[in-house]
Amino acid sequence: MKNKIGREIPQEILDMGFEPYQGEGAKDGCEYQKKGPRVRAYEKPFESKLVPSIREAIVKSGLKDGMTISFHHHFRDGDYVVNMVMAEIVALGIKDITIAASSLGSAHDPVADYIEQGIVTGLQTSGIRGRMGEVVSHGKLKTPAILRSHGGRIRAVESGEVHIDVAFIGAPTSDCYGNARGKGGKSDCGVLSYAMVDAKYADKVVVITDTLVDFPNFPPSIEAVDVDYVVVVDEIGNPKKIASAAARMTQDPRDLMMAEMCAKVMAATEYFKDGFSFQTGAGGPSLAANRFLEPMLVEKGYKISWIIGGITSPAVDLLNKGLVGTIVDAQDFDVPSLQSVHNHPRHFEISTSQYCNPANKGAFVNKLDFVILAALEIDTDFNVNVITGSDGVLRGAPGGHPDAAAGAKCTIIVTPLVRGRMATVCEHVVTVTTPGECVDVLVTDYGVAVNPRRADLKAQIEAAGIKTTTIEELQKQAYAIVGTPDPLPFEERVVAIMEARDGSVLDVVRQIRD
Amino acid sequence: MKLTTPAIAGTLESSDAQVTIEPGDGTIDLSIHSTVMAQYGRQIRETVLETMERLGVNDARVSVNDRGALDCTIRARVECAVFRACGQTENFPWGEAIRS
Repeated sequence: MKNKIGREIPQEILDMGFEPYQGEGAKDGCEYQKKGPRVRAYEKPFESKLVPSIREAIVKSGLKDGMTISFHHHFRDGDYVVNMVMAEIVALGIKDITIAASSLGSAHDPVADYIEQGIVTGLQTSGIRGRMGEVVSHGKLKTPAILRSHGGRIRAVESGEVHIDVAFIGAPTSDCYGNARGKGGKSDCGVLSYAMVDAKYADKVVVITDTLVDFPNFPPSIEAVDVDYVVVVDEIGNPKKIASAAARMTQDPRDLMMAEMCAKVMAATEYFKDGFSFQTGAGGPSLAANRFLEPMLVEKGYKISWIIGGITSPAVDLLNKGLVGTIVDAQDFDVPSLQSVHNHPRHFEISTSQYCNPANKGAFVNKLDFVILAALEIDTDFNVNVITGSDGVLRGAPGGHPDAAAGAKCTIIVTPLVRGRMATVCEHVVTVTTPGECVDVLVTDYGVAVNPRRADLKAQIEAAGIKTTTIEELQKQAYAIVGTPDPLPFEERVVAIMEARDGSVLDVVRQIRD
Repeated sequence: MKLTTPAIAGTLESSDAQVTIEPGDGTIDLSIHSTVMAQYGRQIRETVLETMERLGVNDARVSVNDRGALDCTIRARVECAVFRACGQTENFPWGEAIRS
């Protein structure tokens, strides 16, 4: 059947218990019972939870065939934890494993081999890239991968849709009882926001660190009361790939032109007033918008009340200049950001649930005024794709994109009209990751289009002297440059399910034909 | 046009195409590699064949390594490779066999 946004959801997926997407906010007000973990009591006094190796921790955790394990992705492309743990699981002969990670990336290519060997049979993640994306797109994973936004993952874990048997949490520092922080050590990642839900909801929790510190490692991001075992290894990650140097501002004139237009569009809306809240993605033009925003703030005498998200140095600069009141931080992309979260009194670590879980009692994104986000593709219904490449292969991550877009009062997508020969503005995106009903304005290098649902914003933007066009017009312009693309050669078989934030099925990804 | 020597035009930069051409075995033998094969492979083939026909080339082995080039770029690279393969370096038929 077709879901609310016209995507065909096969009966076999509905038969698995999934519901079709019914529209933004369809589950608002619904009540549910959270599903807590099974906990082993530690009543008698003891000195330490240290175990000598990852292998021993796996054995002690009782991990068996068919179980689900979890990881976080604060170490980004510098992560060693997933590969170290998986190598031991494979060496122990444990199979039929489901990995439920907050995200996975190109650092995790070995997992592709385990998928091909049938050792990893289930995958639940936000990001999927590199060889893992290739093998899943070619139908090598036994069950369809489940792709979720960051907020959707928290909802799924807390409601029991995913039950994590063993969580493996890499931590830059930990004490012998498992009080763990994103701060300090050799592999500083700033915060441990993604892992907080794993610690609270997994049956067994293993902290893996390369820097054991004195007890108590306070204030902790992961509390010892939730941790079963602590393992010390030589290195949990490559610091150079965990946090880059300060994000360099793009010099690309096309990016700068689009960034400036984003700032102008923001300034034209009713939400641009003293104390607005703001988020940007980490893409070139999204980041550069900060630079154009700054003089506008100064001119008006406005301050941003809070900035949220994956944090990068432009946000930290605004904080240090007194142009932002508070930063709430669920991930750090560069060194200035993680230094700031450790040192600045108004820069705070928050959980991913606080950031964007749609099923708690009100996440930060629900109060967001503006978000500027990128897109691999956007179609004439304003649906955005950030998961599949133009060749139909999985190579992206919804991340917080659908969460911030759904929450913000004004969601701006910024993207060039074409990239190489690919039309970014197209008739139908390959996969919908963020439904068009959550997108308000599209800024491209060929013009600005406002979602027809937002006639109010269109009037405000035009009143400020900014010309707008229609998204259909932009799409035609794109096809005039690159030609009309032929349809991708997909098989019938579903290889991945793209869940909406509320757990219903937004779209499916099918196997690509060789 | 009669090809006399192997020739190459274009680069492997993004949004370009590298076209290699050499005298054939009596027909056009065309092979295409492209980063956008699934969505544009058919159109790249048509563009190359049209350009060859316009230039009067019907005996050549052609290989296109495409990095997402637009049709205008592909035409220009094919034209350049053909003239190089024919040894022609001046008096190009601008606006006649070579046109946008």
